[in-house]
Amino acid sequence: MTTTHLFEAEEKACWALMDELHDPEIPVLSLLDLGIVRAIEVISPPNQEGKIKVTITATYTGCPAMDWIANAIRIELQTKGYRTVEIETSIRPAWTTEWMSEKGKEKLKAYGIAPPEKRFQIPGDGIGCPQCGSNDTKLVSEFGSTACKALVQCNQCGEPFDYFKCH
Amino acid sequence: MRNSIIDYTLYLADSALILGQRNGDWCGHGPILEQDIAITNITLDLIGQARSFYQYAASLIGGDSTEDSLAYLRGEREFKNCLLAERPNGDWGQTILRQFLFSNFQRELYTVLTQHTDQTLAAIAEKSLKEVNYHCRWSSEWVVRLGDGTDESHLKMKTALENLWPYTGELFKGADYEIAVGMDPSSLHTPWFNQVEKVLQEATLPISSTEHIFMHTGGKQGVHSEQLGFLLTELQYMQRAYPGSNW
Repeated sequence: MTTTHLFEAEEKACWALMDELHDPEIPVLSLLDLGIVRAIEVISPPNQEGKIKVTITATYTGCPAMDWIANAIRIELQTKGYRTVEIETSIRPAWTTEWMSEKGKEKLKAYGIAPPEKRFQIPGDGIGCPQCGSNDTKLVSEFGSTACKALVQCNQCGEPFDYFKCH
Repeated sequence: MRNSIIDYTLYLADSALILGQRNGDWCGHGPILEQDIAITNITLDLIGQARSFYQYAASLIGGDSTEDSLAYLRGEREFKNCLLAERPNGDWGQTILRQFLFSNFQRELYTVLTQHTDQTLAAIAEKSLKEVNYHCRWSSEWVVRLGDGTDESHLKMKTALENLWPYTGELFKGADYEIAVGMDPSSLHTPWFNQVEKVLQEATLPISSTEHIFMHTGGKQGVHSEQLGFLLTELQYMQRAYPGSNW
């Protein structure tokens, strides 16, 4: 399946819009930071029929935010004049935290969530504390407040914090 | 072939949904907060897996079929989940052991399924596998902690093993539709058994007592224990009492 991008300027504008939409559970991350928007194809621009197709991918299986995100994309594009918004969910290749932007990882850290780190493919002791920066930390649980996070506590500053799991 | 793919997809979906529904009962009742969160995270993931499979099955069935109609509007005889998934929660130990036996099975199954010629099933398996590894690690740690724990926790785990083991044979006995789609599960038994045995040994739980034991079957063909009816009554209550309700 090849896609012909006839309306590059419009598509570029839509990609920029995706950076304005945020994850409902981790509001510092935009949809682009998360890397869940895989493709945008404007089939007909708003001044004509206004038809667009957006391909997104699920982060974690069963994550309840996905339905919310698909709706948010639909509403946003409709207000920009796309009367027909088709949202397709692709599952292969499976989403990975490697698609998360560097900017997104920095924002996560500033927000108090330790970003995914390759050497902690499996969560363990030593994940960097986003509060004081110490690596003297212990894993409390591989499961945290949402499907994407594990729970860690810092031995230095005592702060419990979330770790965004590698996927 | 098409019907077999549908049946097989429903078998995978139903097993994940029913175990998810069982685990969901622990929400707010786990022994400590972190473990309450862990079991409900696993529940969420199982229901997510089920959704992916139901969506695919609904697309193959066509007509008015949706993921919701498949989950909420089928009767017990139509559910194809393995019997292990519908076993009652019992105590925390039994819930853990059920998860352990099931997750290790899922890991072997999904690993093979990622190579299947059906691209959608292969993709769902690949996606699901990432989190199934978490389920395996978590439940294995708990099996060891409780099995090799106090006298009381050991006894409870031993009882749980005796209760649940007779429902593991079915996992590896291929139903017609499994054979038809080229997913005979009998080859999964050795890797599954080796892994399970290793952890049970560490947990000081005697696996020898499980030899030559009678194995229950039927779930994959829709012949269930009475417990499934009660479970579905609760699961499907809203759609049965208020058909088509939405929010």
